[in-house]
Amino acid sequence: MTRLNDVKNYKKNIKSYHPKINYFVNGLKAFVIGGLICDLGEAVQKFYVTFFDFNEKTAGDPTVATMILIASLLTGFGVYDKIGQFAGAGSLIPVTGFANSITSAALEHKSEGIVLGIATNLFKLAGSVIVFGVVSAAIFGLIRLTVNNLLG
Amino acid sequence: MDFLWAFLVGGLICLIGQILLDVFKLTPAHIVCSFVVIGALLDAFGIYDNLIEFAGAGATVPITSFGHSLLHGAMEEAKQHGYIGLAMGIFKLTSSGITSAILFGFLVALIFKPKG
Amino acid sequence: MRLGKQTWRFEHDLYIQSTGTCAGPLEGKGPLGDFFDKKYNELHCGEKNWEAAERKLMREAVDICLKNVNKKPEDIDFFMAGDLLNQTVTSNFIARETKIPYLGMFGACSTSMQTLALAAQFVDTGYADSVLVAVSSHNATAERQFRYPTEYGGSKPNTSTFTATGAASALVSQTPSSVKIKEATIGRVIDWGIADANDMGSAMAPAAADTIERHLKDTGRKPTDYDMIVTGDLSSVGSPIVRQLLWERGIDISEMHHDCGLMLYSPEQNVMAGGSGTACSAMVTYGYIVNLLKQKKIQRVFICATGALFNPTVNQQKETIPCVAHGVVLESAGGE
Repeated sequence: MTRLNDVKNYKKNIKSYHPKINYFVNGLKAFVIGGLICDLGEAVQKFYVTFFDFNEKTAGDPTVATMILIASLLTGFGVYDKIGQFAGAGSLIPVTGFANSITSAALEHKSEGIVLGIATNLFKLAGSVIVFGVVSAAIFGLIRLTVNNLLG
Repeated sequence: MDFLWAFLVGGLICLIGQILLDVFKLTPAHIVCSFVVIGALLDAFGIYDNLIEFAGAGATVPITSFGHSLLHGAMEEAKQHGYIGLAMGIFKLTSSGITSAILFGFLVALIFKPKG
Repeated sequence: MRLGKQTWRFEHDLYIQSTGTCAGPLEGKGPLGDFFDKKYNELHCGEKNWEAAERKLMREAVDICLKNVNKKPEDIDFFMAGDLLNQTVTSNFIARETKIPYLGMFGACSTSMQTLALAAQFVDTGYADSVLVAVSSHNATAERQFRYPTEYGGSKPNTSTFTATGAASALVSQTPSSVKIKEATIGRVIDWGIADANDMGSAMAPAAADTIERHLKDTGRKPTDYDMIVTGDLSSVGSPIVRQLLWERGIDISEMHHDCGLMLYSPEQNVMAGGSGTACSAMVTYGYIVNLLKQKKIQRVFICATGALFNPTVNQQKETIPCVAHGVVLESAGGE
């Protein structure tokens, strides 16, 4: 009967004491909030196409910029972390989550000054995303370019 | 119709992220990095453009599109300048996103106070 | 006098002469809110940054504790304090202000009972007439140091605990009051291989079980000799684990076991698995439990504060989380 006191298997045996993760509800929340954020992006994009001199292809830039502005402001007002706790990946995966990671890090270190606080820590969380993006794009680009060249 | 596809595709991408979070216990940082790499990979096979064509903002708003844009810009420039072009073009399409993220992040940090 | 291997039984009559507690917004609105001396409505406590807010909490708690018995910092022999921040910076700065000879201590969330046990030891052996102890923690300073920026939108799993915002202070001396300090059990560092920073309850439960078991063995008592056996911040995850661990060793504490992390908040308050942090056990002990002892609602209580000795750097290097638990026995001396 001394099961839980088994040190070697403690990590495994305590699983039944952990609160159940509601995979379905979490997934549904992420799906709906993530979908809504993308719909907001779609609306912004349509706005730029309709009222400004953008077409479907070029409207992407101002759309992303607008989404980032909205997310930064929501972070400043202290709302985005609440959305994040509710939506999980739903607000993490869209580009708004990227903006939140930058703004929250900058905001948090404001008390240490503008140069050493805000500017130094701006990429504390988002830096890894840019590093992996650039490194993977460079590697894939290198491979594709080489393959293209070889195939003539 | 555009809104429906954007919602479904965007939601689905986030759902995959949630599964990685809940089932595979990855940290947010690991998930976001993986998604960027996957976005670049899909673009390497020319798939991501089709997804954007189909889902609009459902494919451009998730962070996977960041990986796609990085590679896309690099390949565009590489057409003219070869291997050097990869480095020249990598930030070409993502410039507005990164610039606005830095700018707005900085400004918001200047103006607001963390709420906790 | 030492009992067994890890327990001290104090030879003189030692008392908690005075206490002072200061609570953050969520803690003030919790079920124990009425027991705290001072409550703040917002996390900044009127200060310009989080760290300053935490210092304000500890400063207020120390001030209230001394004022209650009309003492000035000069009247106190030693000051023992700790918190969660690097270099225990909050305590260092309060010690700078009070100018009482100071020992900074770190035992993560077990610091509350670590300081109380040593303060009692100092007074008991005659090396001091009065020792002031204090601990503090702040949700935002801890979040930012140990996890992510406070405004970051990454969701936390439901096993994670919520660092309590607040501070608590107590004055230990031989001047009679209604709360006696009888014994203290110093814990061993226990690590059963949990590395998940979002599951501190599971990591700390074996340490709490070890200290409670040793304490009962050293003193020769049964769990039923206590009205309450209180763990620090095991939360809703670690609490059933510690009860099961002890039950398997033939010790049944299910009747009288409570957890400060669960007492500090009501279930409606969104704190995931429960409260944690250095202030958590101290606020509950010095605010609520001392009050119960004063009113003679309970006679004897064992407070076992649990600390996860967590370091973000080595944790990312894949190291597990060592944990420790220190316990102190308080008894009602009647009175009021």
